[in-house]
Amino acid sequence: MQEAKLDQSQTPLADALNAQRINRLAHFDVPGHKGGRMNPELPDYFGKLCMALDVNSMKPLDNLGHPVSVIKDAQDLAAEAFGADNAFFMVNGTTSAVQTMIWATCGRGEKIIMPRNVHRSAINALVVNGAVPVYVNPGRNPRLGIPLGMGVEDVQRAIEQHPDAKAILVNNPTYYGVCSDLKTIVSIAHAAGMKVLADEAHGTHFYFNDKLPISGMEAGCDMAAASLHKTGGSLTQSSILLSKDSINPDYVRQMITLTQSTSANYLLLSSLDLARRHLHYHGGEVYSKTISFAEYAREEINRLGGYYAFGPEICNDDTCFAFDLTKLSVHTRDIGLAGIEVYDLLRDDYGIQIEFGDVGNILAIISAGDRRMDIERLISALAEIKRLHRKDPVGLFDHEYIDPDVVMTPEAAFVAPKQSVPLEQSLGRIAGEFVMSYPPGIPILAPGERVTPDILEHIQFTKAKGCFMTGPLDMKIENLQVVK
Amino acid sequence: MELWYTDKHTDDVSFSVKVKRQLASHKSEIQQIDILDTCGFGRVLVLDGELMITEKDEFIYHEMMTHVPMAVHPNVETVLVVGGGDGGTVRELAKYKSIREIDLVEADKEVVTLSSIHLPFTACKLRDPRVRMHFEDGLRFVRGKKDAYDLIIVDCPDPYGPAEGLFTREFYGNCCNALKDDGILINQHESPFYAAHQTSVKNAHAHIAIEFPVSTVYQCHIPSYPSGHWLFGFASLKYDPVRDLDSGRWNSLGIATRYYNTDLHRGAFALPNYVKELLHG
Repeated sequence: MQEAKLDQSQTPLADALNAQRINRLAHFDVPGHKGGRMNPELPDYFGKLCMALDVNSMKPLDNLGHPVSVIKDAQDLAAEAFGADNAFFMVNGTTSAVQTMIWATCGRGEKIIMPRNVHRSAINALVVNGAVPVYVNPGRNPRLGIPLGMGVEDVQRAIEQHPDAKAILVNNPTYYGVCSDLKTIVSIAHAAGMKVLADEAHGTHFYFNDKLPISGMEAGCDMAAASLHKTGGSLTQSSILLSKDSINPDYVRQMITLTQSTSANYLLLSSLDLARRHLHYHGGEVYSKTISFAEYAREEINRLGGYYAFGPEICNDDTCFAFDLTKLSVHTRDIGLAGIEVYDLLRDDYGIQIEFGDVGNILAIISAGDRRMDIERLISALAEIKRLHRKDPVGLFDHEYIDPDVVMTPEAAFVAPKQSVPLEQSLGRIAGEFVMSYPPGIPILAPGERVTPDILEHIQFTKAKGCFMTGPLDMKIENLQVVK
Repeated sequence: MELWYTDKHTDDVSFSVKVKRQLASHKSEIQQIDILDTCGFGRVLVLDGELMITEKDEFIYHEMMTHVPMAVHPNVETVLVVGGGDGGTVRELAKYKSIREIDLVEADKEVVTLSSIHLPFTACKLRDPRVRMHFEDGLRFVRGKKDAYDLIIVDCPDPYGPAEGLFTREFYGNCCNALKDDGILINQHESPFYAAHQTSVKNAHAHIAIEFPVSTVYQCHIPSYPSGHWLFGFASLKYDPVRDLDSGRWNSLGIATRYYNTDLHRGAFALPNYVKELLHG
């Protein structure tokens, strides 16, 4: 039988899932809730349709660990839509996509060049497989205190000093929407025989609107982790790993299956299929609407005074080569409030939940799913917070990023014999664990790094301001595991 | 054939009125606007399927929103009306010679256009020279104002649609900032009767009470509205709505009203126990 050619109008995986629901199979397989009949509380809560779609891998629905039919077709369509040679659906978040990129390109003892302001998932990958990070200090915006992207010259120097490095990981963009000169980095990396991996946890939309910075695949990266659930409209925890044929796709698949669930959730998988089709046909308008919302909000917030909603003007042709116009980041330090304080006030007093607040900034995620009135609410609430809570900015910590002093590899420090010491007594010791506020999930301290006075001050400040701190064994973050 | 329009008051309770004919049906950028001519209530404005005003009982609503603050504040010159595109509140305000400026901020221009054509009984004063119309989001308009108004009247639909932002703490705070030191804020405050609406009544009151030292509600009876039992919020930085009522001054103005009078004014602030419990419990 000749198979019909696939095109972007199709959603093979979502269709197959729906077909099996309509077929009314008698299920003697897992999940044991059997369409929710075992536990009526679930359909009452989630809805019957949702429960009927929660099934396990079976022949008509393919198998994520070894895709040969509908999942393969859906992945092929996704690869085409994103300009990749291969696409892999992920059900354990972009975390698993970032880890797979690193594991597929760097082994134990092999070097990977990366900016230190990576997401914890990247350093976690090193903790697990023993690859060695070569950190490039990101640029810094002195007014905002935020870390930027990597400068091309700094990457070039790292390549020259570590010609044996296997890969370079680039944030495209950072949480704040800052992009490095990805195209140039790709060309110098490839010239040195290194692979380029793009962490696009916050860059899925780059693939679908030409007013946005260049995407990883278009820039020639070998792999990219695109968090479709963050800005692409799929369900939370679903993500896509993209690759070029410069990376063996079967090896990638093997790496994925090392840690991936063998019971991948079909609600997540089919949401990737549906989101891909929507983006292919409507991505341009969806992100143009997002950009116009964000630009309107920036303009209005800047008109309030005191706040600085920064935009493409922070570009410097190097460490901030391009700016993601959909990002709405607001610098709050000038009104005497830490970003986290504004974040808490917005939620507690005004019923507005934003993505994160850190030392000096807040970040609101804008999407085409926003309503005009909600954007107005956010702006008006910021006006109120300024009117009622404005303070003198003296004494506020003024930077989000501290250059690390790396003494051991993350893996060596993580597995080394350790002891627990009170935070303030950890000065000068080598950390055996992570400390970060989440979100954004960028480690303040990673295993193998020396604890400096600056780092301690940063941890204590963010803790005191009420950031949600994670990482250490001690849930209260009063003690730190250090290498003996 | 009989044609009936039904306004769902809750999931389980409806209000129906027999329709003579439909005068307008228009989808604006913001909402669906319908105007009906009905048997029992005259002309009716319907937004997104929900009844806004009827010709028969709109006077109760508009008089109570306007004359209560006007009888308390001794010298209202500048007024902001947020919402109110049907013109009923402006019609009542236009009765006062002391008022110099009325800003009407209506998000949906089409409501004003259609009201002007089909609801002349409310829209009749929208062309008064003191009225300036602004077609934009209420929240956006108010946050740009400071010490600008003696009186702000929030004349908007319920908080489950486009007017959601006008029931928020940030909006009331922005209003507080836009009022002069002795300004008064009046807002449409929903019905306390059905459980489905009680949370929004409670929340709106809590939000206003944080921003204004004087904050209470008063009531009236509007037959076409859910339960008929309706509340308005009275908030002020200075005036008490009953103690500062100047009956002599207001009555000397000789303003004609069908519902409001200064005796009723006092009574409107006497609340049933279940409302007191809802607000303060």
